[in-house]
Amino acid sequence: MISVKDLHVYYGLIEAVKGIDFKVDEGKIVSLIGSNGAGKTSTLEAVLNSVKRSGEIIFSGYDIVNHKTHSLVQRGLALVPEGRRVFINLTVEDNLRMGAFNNDENYARLRDAMYKLFPRIKEKRNQMAGTLSGGEQQMLAISRALMSEPKLLMLDEPSLGLAPKIVGEVFETIVKLKEEGITILLVEQNAFAALKISDYAYVLENGKIAMEGIASQMIGDDEIRKKYLGG
Amino acid sequence: MDFTVFMQQMVNGFSLGSMYALIAIGYTMVYGVLRLINFAHGDIMMVGAFLGYFGVSILGLPFPAAVLLAVVGSAALGMLTDKIAYRPLRSAPKISLLITAIGISFFLENAFNVFFGGTPRAFPVPEYMEIILSLGGLTFSVASLMVPIVTLILLAIILWILFKTKYGMAIRALAFDVNTVNLMGIDANRIIMIVFGIGSALAAVGGIFWAVNYPSVEPMMGVLIGLKAFAAAVVGGIGSVAGAVIGGFIIGFTEVVVVAFLPEYGGYKDAFAFVLLILVLLFKPTGILGLNFDKSRF
Repeated sequence: MISVKDLHVYYGLIEAVKGIDFKVDEGKIVSLIGSNGAGKTSTLEAVLNSVKRSGEIIFSGYDIVNHKTHSLVQRGLALVPEGRRVFINLTVEDNLRMGAFNNDENYARLRDAMYKLFPRIKEKRNQMAGTLSGGEQQMLAISRALMSEPKLLMLDEPSLGLAPKIVGEVFETIVKLKEEGITILLVEQNAFAALKISDYAYVLENGKIAMEGIASQMIGDDEIRKKYLGG
Repeated sequence: MDFTVFMQQMVNGFSLGSMYALIAIGYTMVYGVLRLINFAHGDIMMVGAFLGYFGVSILGLPFPAAVLLAVVGSAALGMLTDKIAYRPLRSAPKISLLITAIGISFFLENAFNVFFGGTPRAFPVPEYMEIILSLGGLTFSVASLMVPIVTLILLAIILWILFKTKYGMAIRALAFDVNTVNLMGIDANRIIMIVFGIGSALAAVGGIFWAVNYPSVEPMMGVLIGLKAFAAAVVGGIGSVAGAVIGGFIIGFTEVVVVAFLPEYGGYKDAFAFVLLILVLLFKPTGILGLNFDKSRF
């Protein structure tokens, strides 16, 4: 689905990501885990060309390094950004409309599908998105990203700042999306929760991949648990 | 006070306010998406008035066709200034954008001065617009009746675009979060260009109304009108379209009232818009309907 080689991300003179390789196979959930500042968000932003970067990015067989953010989204990539970033001054329904900006013909069908997936946002569809709770905003942000019918859905810290119960719901939803055939690249600080639902994982440390492996094996490995999963 | 006189002044104020409102919408929309006070906006209005003038008196077009020419030409000019002057500066400090806007303003004023001269030219007002109607002691020309009607129709169209179409939603979303708009697969630059197009088209209509009411056009006409429309946008609340219209009417009415009822201060009529501007900036900087951009991730 997507393969990235020798990816570097720069913020001025600072190199946030220092030459990483990773890939996500179709139909899988792959996690990028690691501590704050390890370069996880930068990696996702680099894939979507919203930061200065170099490297090779192949998506569905095409070299996408020179595409702009909006055209990458049109080609089937979608990002649920860190902090959700719903359009607070638009209604819930208009947020979904924005997600389907280039997908007019399927808008109504997808909107109804999202309301079915998240009945709580249906109840609030005419409210300003800024009035929703954190969990509801996260659900809206995920729905909004799905409105473009992406092939690869990237989620940046979907559990950040949410109550444990809601975190569980969000992760269940991610598994459900995988079952529906969407490929998922997940960035999480909550490494344990991410590994539990992932097929494969990469551990980022100071802009480099410190380790990678099959998620279920990583959870089982005592040494990895101690070093990266906090016990 | 004589009721008829009062009503007469209200009619005049409504007409003048409409013109400020039409121009103020462009300031407020561009500010919303770029955080830029587009100081060239008044000059785009001037170009619109000139295009209308050329359309009627040189090309011999009927008035509505000349208006169309002015609207399309000004929209194209507005979008062109965005593309060649503002777009390369998207990631530059905002002050660079502002200076560029002032540069474009000077360029347009002086280019028109060089090519067409600074002498005001009489605007060929169509005869039917000069017909005077009277109603219960009130008298007004067809033109002064048309101005507010057309303004309200255009305002309804703009609000419909902003709130009911996906492009309008994108414009509003852009005011709060540029990066996330791109994440929707939307080319933010294209949306910004549309905003310049809409604002400039409305300014052209405002410019032509101005030229019809004070029947002349000249290259510097955009300076004072533009500044007052800018004041209107700030008074109403910069970033808000409805606010720009309210601000336009407030400034229009204020001017009319000052001239009509305080004639000894009539010479200061142009100053009142700026007194209002200063008062609003002192006491309610976000204006009457100002949007709270504090939460924006611009």
